[in-house]
Amino acid sequence: MEDILNLSALQLRDAVASGQTSAAEATVAYLAAIEKTEPRISAFNEVLAERAIGQAKKVDADVQAGRQPGPLAGVPVAIKDNMCTSYGLTTCSSKILANFQAPYTATAVARLEAAGAVILGKTNLDEFAMGSSTENSGFKPTRNPWDTDLVPGGSSGGSAAAVSARQCAAALGSDTGGSIRQPAAFCGVVGLKPTYGRVSRYGLVAYGSSLDQIGPITRDVADCALLMSVIAGHDPKDSTSVPNEAADYLASIDTPVEKLRIGMPKEFYSDALDSEISAAVGAAAEAYKSLGAEIVELSLPHSRIDRGSGGRLSSYAVACYYIVAMAEASSNLARYDGVHYGHRTPAKADNIVDLYSRTRAEGFGEEVKRRIMLGTYTLSAGYYDAYYNKALKVRRLIAEDFGKAFARCHVLLSPVSPTPAFRLGEKTADPLTMYLADIYTISANLAGLPGLSLPAGLAATGLPVGMQLIGPVFSEELLFRAARMYEKASGVTRLTPKIVNN
Amino acid sequence: MTETNDIVKPVIGLEIHVELATATKMFCRCRNRFGDRPNTNVCIVCIGMPGALPVMNKKAVEYAIKVGLAMNCGVAGFTKWDRKSYYYPDLPKNYQISQYDLPLSAAGHLEVPLPDGSIKKVRILRAHLEEDAGKNIHTAAAHTGVDLNRAGVPLLEIVSEPDLNSTDEVLAYARATQRLVRWLGASEANMQMGHMRFEPNINLHIIRKGRCYKTPICEVKNLNSFRALERTVQYEIDRQYAEWLAEPEGYSLDKLGKQNRGYDDSAGKTVFQREKEEAHDYRYFPEPDLVPVVVSDQWRESIRATIGELPLARRARYMKDYKLSFEDADALTQDAATGDLLDTAVKAGADAKRCTNLLLGRGAAIANEQGCTIARIGVTAEQLAELAKMLQAGQVNATAADRVFQKMVQTNQSPGSIAESEGLLAVTDTRRIEAWVDQVISANPQAVEDVRSGGKKQDKALGFLTGRVMQLSGGAAQPKEVQRLLRKKLGT
Amino acid sequence: MGKTIDIDLVRHIGRLSRIELTDEQAETFSAQLADILEFFDKLQELDTENIEPQASAVSLQNVLADDVPADSLTTDQALDNAPARDGDFFKVPKVIGDSQ
Ligand SMILES: [Mg+2]
Ligand SMILES: [Zn+2]
Repeated sequence: MEDILNLSALQLRDAVASGQTSAAEATVAYLAAIEKTEPRISAFNEVLAERAIGQAKKVDADVQAGRQPGPLAGVPVAIKDNMCTSYGLTTCSSKILANFQAPYTATAVARLEAAGAVILGKTNLDEFAMGSSTENSGFKPTRNPWDTDLVPGGSSGGSAAAVSARQCAAALGSDTGGSIRQPAAFCGVVGLKPTYGRVSRYGLVAYGSSLDQIGPITRDVADCALLMSVIAGHDPKDSTSVPNEAADYLASIDTPVEKLRIGMPKEFYSDALDSEISAAVGAAAEAYKSLGAEIVELSLPHSRIDRGSGGRLSSYAVACYYIVAMAEASSNLARYDGVHYGHRTPAKADNIVDLYSRTRAEGFGEEVKRRIMLGTYTLSAGYYDAYYNKALKVRRLIAEDFGKAFARCHVLLSPVSPTPAFRLGEKTADPLTMYLADIYTISANLAGLPGLSLPAGLAATGLPVGMQLIGPVFSEELLFRAARMYEKASGVTRLTPKIVNN
Repeated sequence: MTETNDIVKPVIGLEIHVELATATKMFCRCRNRFGDRPNTNVCIVCIGMPGALPVMNKKAVEYAIKVGLAMNCGVAGFTKWDRKSYYYPDLPKNYQISQYDLPLSAAGHLEVPLPDGSIKKVRILRAHLEEDAGKNIHTAAAHTGVDLNRAGVPLLEIVSEPDLNSTDEVLAYARATQRLVRWLGASEANMQMGHMRFEPNINLHIIRKGRCYKTPICEVKNLNSFRALERTVQYEIDRQYAEWLAEPEGYSLDKLGKQNRGYDDSAGKTVFQREKEEAHDYRYFPEPDLVPVVVSDQWRESIRATIGELPLARRARYMKDYKLSFEDADALTQDAATGDLLDTAVKAGADAKRCTNLLLGRGAAIANEQGCTIARIGVTAEQLAELAKMLQAGQVNATAADRVFQKMVQTNQSPGSIAESEGLLAVTDTRRIEAWVDQVISANPQAVEDVRSGGKKQDKALGFLTGRVMQLSGGAAQPKEVQRLLRKKLGT
Repeated sequence: MGKTIDIDLVRHIGRLSRIELTDEQAETFSAQLADILEFFDKLQELDTENIEPQASAVSLQNVLADDVPADSLTTDQALDNAPARDGDFFKVPKVIGDSQ
């Protein structure tokens, strides 16, 4: 059993396809791993054990019958619980959707299943993906497998923790401002936020529609490329899905990038950045140099980080991001009103306004309420130009900064988050400090760029430290190849927290 | 009711919501169909379920452009979608996908025929696409039921400038719009099915002693019949004037601004709606789930090419080329198909006037019974043309033609063979007619005498004898031939 | 800008958002929202006079579907998740008329 869990998704796929091991065996092994560690981690909202074994048996039957088993044959994956599945529940970790049974399945999830993947269950998140620690879950906080007193990051904390703790071979997360990349960094795994429009949003419960993307969370770079090859592609059900066909990202992954030019945005290396993370990213730059890459220092002025009055950090990008995301959220979450599905207040409401207002007061958590109210405010008469429209203009400036940067380099190297994983409760008191955890990741969402988060080693504390590669739109293939170069050279890959073995 | 010397000028703008005749809804492929069992034409998109995404219906865009062009609007080269936020149970997402700052079409006008025969040019401010809401069913006493079959049906909102100055003008404009969208096939515009709803904005400009007073603008929502529209506008004109008379300084636009009122059909009056005052803050912002629509010149012109001749132009042509009366021309241009029937028959060589008489005579009567347009009663242009020609050639007389036309509705046999089998063909055989003539001459010596003696009685007597012969022939004898023979035999 | 978010404004936003607020909540929110809005005001430092707003990260246009019916949900599928149902209808407290 042990060794099955240590196989990468790619290795497991090959083992299942070649009949060396069975999908059922692998699925049972992962279900056992969940049994063992879940009480300490709480990564899952729902484990679909029976269905998973059923799926696995179908895959095994295909293999025995000599049918083409698919690129993810028998690979047990976990799905962030903000993607609709026609089986089980889809809750977004919100009380308002606690009993919601979607009548359909998200395109990305359907593509995984069509490729032979086995869906183990739905993972915990910050309610409606609003948060950076998974503490905003309406049900329970998820804990970091490296130290259960720490947060796994968020909002895809459940998926990142599950992958890190070997509770699944790989997982899907969603990323609106860093929700795949930051938990991946906190948990020592690989996570990709694809180019906006590259992966269908059909069936992804919307938070910030112009920013949301689904992406893979895996143990190594090759697995990330493997899953991405399966979920990427055009979907006529999503009007913002791009028509050009996606590449087989795995095919070229071991081809190093000749004369790779790596940009380092000087604004990112301020005193706001934890020294160990700064050192780790610097070391990664050195490693790339020794692989023949050239490092260019450049500037992303509108992603600058300032220390404002009272030492508080501030950033145009963070302000811009939260204005846009909250405005879209206030509209996207208007539908949760207790009429067509979801929670309805048990208190008697004799008029529709009371029914709405009580239902939403009961169903939403504090952070979701804050964001809905702020979004409503910034869109409301008299404030639209000062906030929302202003943010859209700054959004263009931020995107133009990247355009200039990529004229001088192939990819950008940056930290993922200003600090490693922090303690539960450490930042819940002040929403703003929590928002600043996204400082290095949100710009890519605003500009629609792909961002890859991968481990850059361990800090002295023994906690994983992440680094981020950001590329131009549709440069996923390049990102994978560049990431693989570092992974090979550094040997930093498939980091295993102690919890896995005890 | 106006006080002496007050000049009261109603100033009215009309918003018309038209449901487009697409097969599917605007953002999902559920059927756009009236009258089905509640909540059967619904899906994750039009119920607004989590994770659902809209995909724009191409046909809806094309119909909207077609109507815009027919209303002489400029069609935007670049147009986008916005979310309009308000909470109501018939609006599942609690926002309506609409168009805010970049409507599909704008700045047009419609020429509206008024009852007095004159034409009024009504300016169109804008025409934009949006999704319809569902229906709230109020039959239960204690609660409301929500049916989402209508939710997401494509809706064209046509907003006029405040160019209408009387109830008659408002009605004429509304009917002209109904005729136009039907003509274009863009909507069935069936009032019973809620395909058309009206939202008038009404106030008065009152001139007294050289000074102009403006009453508050009142908007009345969701009027779904011409009758309701008429009663509402008239009621508002009277009400606003009365309220202004009560306090000419207080009841003013500057002091009270815009008001929302609802129409109470049973009472036939409008009532102030305070709740609608709250939160008129729609928080419009660009719809992130849809991408812009760019209308190329070529796409726009290809749509323009499908418009063809519009009702007023065709009516004018009928009066000029076919020498038809205003009434006849107007009656034949209520819908496109009926006029097409006429034009095809005329092209086939039939006389326009004769075709018109057939269509507006028996044809209109049958259409009336069947409750459909004349074009739909089941007579083909070929049949119409042949029958008109037979009339002209005297092969059938008017009475016979009328009976043949009746038959043409049921069968697609040619009028010739119908007349044949029904024995309705005019008799041209001189010997048979001569026999009837001789019989009548011998049976009516007095009339014969009157004819022979000439003088003023002659014509009357000749007419009398002709009638008798026709009677005897059961209407089959050809009148011209009868007269010729009578004259010959009576030596006149 | 909105540095002062007094309780009345918070309550107004609560009404617009259809979220009932307790007095304590209104209190905390008025402080937190003011704090966050002040953070947002940083954007005012930037001159964006001649910058076009950018609402989307994709440059797609004319994504249009053919007008061909596809499967809808069954009435039961549509109503299965409804907290209150009356036969074939979603059930809500009395409201007046339709919104459109
Ligand atoms: Mg409207
Ligand atoms: Zn639908």
